[in-house]
Amino acid sequence: MTNGWCDIANTDVALVMGGNPAENHPVGFRFVMEAKRKRKAKLICIDPRFNRTAAVSDLYVPMRAGTDIAFLGGLIHYAISNDLCHMDYVRAHTNAPFLLRDDFSFSEGHFSGWDAEKKSYDKASWQYELDGSGYAKVDPTLENPRSIFQQMKRHYSRYTPEKVAEICGCNAEDFKKAAAVICSTGRAGKVGTILYALGWTHHSHSVQLIHTAAMLQLLLGNIGLPGGGINAQRGHANIQGSTDMGAWNMLPGYLRLPRANHVSLDAYLKATTPKPLRPNSMNYWGNTPKFATSLLKSYYGDRAKKENDFGYQWLPKLGETENQSWGYFFDRMHRKEMHGFISFGMNPVANGPNTEKMLEALANLDWLVVVENFETETASFWNAKKLGEKFYSKYVDPAKIQTEVILLPAACFAEKDGSFVNSSRWLQWKKAAVPPPGIAKPDHEIIARIFMAVRALYAKEGGKGMESLMAMQWNYAQPLTPSLEEVAREVNGRDLTTGAQVPGFAALKDDGSTSCGNWVYSGSWTEAGNNMARRGQEDPTGLGLFPNYAWSWPANRRILYNRASNDADGKPWSENHASIRWNGTKWTGDVPDYKADAGPHDYGAFIMLPEGVAKFYTTELAEGPFPEHYEPMESPVKNALHPNASSNPCAPVMTSSADAMGTPDKYPYVAITYRLTEHFHYWTKHVASGAELQSNFFVELPEALAKEKGIKGGDVVRVSSARGTVEGPAMVTQRMRPLTVGGKTIYHVGIPIHWGYVGRVRGPLVNNLTPSAFDPNSGTPEYKGFLVNVEKL
Amino acid sequence: MMPQVNRRQFLQAGAAVTATAFGFRLEGASAVARELKIARTNQVQSVCPYCAVGCGVVIHTSGERVKNARPTVVHIEGDPDSPVNRGTLCSKGISLKEFVVNDRRLTKPMYRAPGSGEWTDISWDEAIQKIARRIKDTRDKGFQEQDAQGRTVNRLDTLGLIGGCTDTNEINYLLGKFRFGLGILPYENQARL
Repeated sequence: MTNGWCDIANTDVALVMGGNPAENHPVGFRFVMEAKRKRKAKLICIDPRFNRTAAVSDLYVPMRAGTDIAFLGGLIHYAISNDLCHMDYVRAHTNAPFLLRDDFSFSEGHFSGWDAEKKSYDKASWQYELDGSGYAKVDPTLENPRSIFQQMKRHYSRYTPEKVAEICGCNAEDFKKAAAVICSTGRAGKVGTILYALGWTHHSHSVQLIHTAAMLQLLLGNIGLPGGGINAQRGHANIQGSTDMGAWNMLPGYLRLPRANHVSLDAYLKATTPKPLRPNSMNYWGNTPKFATSLLKSYYGDRAKKENDFGYQWLPKLGETENQSWGYFFDRMHRKEMHGFISFGMNPVANGPNTEKMLEALANLDWLVVVENFETETASFWNAKKLGEKFYSKYVDPAKIQTEVILLPAACFAEKDGSFVNSSRWLQWKKAAVPPPGIAKPDHEIIARIFMAVRALYAKEGGKGMESLMAMQWNYAQPLTPSLEEVAREVNGRDLTTGAQVPGFAALKDDGSTSCGNWVYSGSWTEAGNNMARRGQEDPTGLGLFPNYAWSWPANRRILYNRASNDADGKPWSENHASIRWNGTKWTGDVPDYKADAGPHDYGAFIMLPEGVAKFYTTELAEGPFPEHYEPMESPVKNALHPNASSNPCAPVMTSSADAMGTPDKYPYVAITYRLTEHFHYWTKHVASGAELQSNFFVELPEALAKEKGIKGGDVVRVSSARGTVEGPAMVTQRMRPLTVGGKTIYHVGIPIHWGYVGRVRGPLVNNLTPSAFDPNSGTPEYKGFLVNVEKL
Repeated sequence: MMPQVNRRQFLQAGAAVTATAFGFRLEGASAVARELKIARTNQVQSVCPYCAVGCGVVIHTSGERVKNARPTVVHIEGDPDSPVNRGTLCSKGISLKEFVVNDRRLTKPMYRAPGSGEWTDISWDEAIQKIARRIKDTRDKGFQEQDAQGRTVNRLDTLGLIGGCTDTNEINYLLGKFRFGLGILPYENQARL
């Protein structure tokens, strides 16, 4: 979240789309209800399903799954064409005035630079037009036809209310009603928030979807203000933290994993450190060398020296264009190109797309280690045929599966220390309350014991890659049982000359005199102690920032981009919506997202970006600098804007023998997956009360479709996709209205996720059905808006 | 503004003081009832492991002072001092005790041999040794010090690693060191699905 849970109470309009907080984040949702109660805020809910959030909304508009960019693009068009944008904000704080090159274009669903053979773009024509000093040229009047504002206006001119209605299947009048309320925040004195969750991330165009939402919020001047922002309601206790700490192609703190062509630390830093694109850009990522060098010092300690590039060569390098995200490596595992796999508290058979492919992939391993609280579908994958009954009838018998499996019992949250990061970016420290059951062990001890045992084998026998393995610093007081307090102190970073904890990332150096395990967490454990464990109740701004409760990254800042809550001269856009204020010599209030004592005109308001301002237009994403509506990879209709470029041209779709994509003639219905408030993911099927409250898997069907098929509530139905099937009783409701799209009636089928073949209660895994189709930027699978058929059994 | 009294101070005030400090208001009476329920427990501050609202919870345990017994969780409730949840919890959070104290929890390492149809017990030492051997053999075979162009890459892509959604930051940091020490490239997390 740019803002935070408590801050939602400051909003005037809450748009909930791609999420259902009343059901899935009920305690956080109380802040929406507080805004409604205390500020008469309006709640707008856009979703294929009339869900629990819709039930308490002021306005609900149904839409077809996978068409969110069309809806949001329509809002951009509505705001611009009805003169509802906060134009002073747009001029002061965005790249709307920047000029594009004259060879940039868009037609028939493709931007300039499209290479149909490589299925990717040459981005040269997407760049800004630069002046002689390397800065972007701008037109402050926004009238130049090559300005981003004019290009954006033209790009979304196609997204009229009628076109939105045609694509999304909603009614143009309903769209306009929602647009009027949402765009009412496009002026000083009113602010709107956007809340989303996996309903936005589970698409083959998910990153662009969130990009569209950010564009809308910038047009309305809602970024950086209390009660505003783009707010991801994250679905698990520490997936924000897991993202911060680096996975896939990242090092901790959003530093990029080096690639083979970055042959030295210098080459890596040159490639990953941005240059300012405007004279007043602070370009804070210009400090990348300090963050990267301090991380290397944290990893390699005294072995990291200037002469050896601080150990940079020991880090693994990706190939120049290589992608090792989920879809790609499970595909390699399926092809027997991987031999071993370790799962620390994750359950790929349940969580990954196309369950049968997951099962086949794991059966192609030599060995598998699973570290868990409970037996999972992944740990017992070799027994899926017996446990999963009819859904895996083609799957092999255990006797034919040669994978060696070791299942290790781990401590749960209550049995170990450490910090979780909630959606508000608050790092909250928890303490171990009891020891783990039986002879289970805490995860950090399991990691340490395995790592030390591997190193002991190398020490004894020698082997490949010994230098990089032995170079990793592991100097904990008890190497087999490191204390998490010790680790947290290492993550914060220290001054290696004095041995003191650094006060924050501003103290980090690129000369090897500081260490830091994750620069965005620097400040979490200073000489003052463990700031994550703070319990202060003060709220001096009255905005619900609680600056002394826990610790928020970065720098204990509670609202990101808060400089933008003031105009160019440093005056709040409105007295009620500024979390920082300029008193003539410094900024007061929240920790400023700006230099604390720099005048309002010294820098652009968005200090992290090389532009110094927020971006409507970005060259960083795979499929275009502006978001465009593309259909899901399986869709019941062709794209109404450009039928020949129907779905995302850059989205990866796997093609192994276990993969298949369906077509609407065989699979005519649009499926969505969702959570229920009684369950948490695939865990609470092990918990008695969850098992009792929602014991049974079910399939939600619209009344009209059920009638057409002769299905009554409680009848057992089979849902099938090109990948697999699920079966369960039908729950016939009026919650998913039939939608008319391109002259066709479109029905949705809703399937809850929480069951599996291991648990106190059991049921089919919804991912039996889902496709191995992914977003090209994030690698996230398309779990919303895939095609299925339904039959009565 | 009302003086801020956090929950611990409130309870510390105790039943005897309640009458004078709080009169006979309902809050006082319910606090007495609460205190009886949790009178002999230890309290530990924690955070709910489910969704990322990040509700503060208080875990009540007992058995720390009992000979030959392991301390156990007897009650988990919302933390009134948390600005996020102010003592409230959802239907999942309120039953967290059943998650921790649960007869389905794994209590010992288990082993499934290639081709076998069942789990057998294995000791920690043997399990760790087997895993270390597997990792070393896989790495010896698959580790690439240089790529085809002779560039140093120190990478391993035949061994994958994934992390879960309640791994703390500190565990994730250690997993990162484990990953980069071994040179593992395929590394994903629940955060990205």
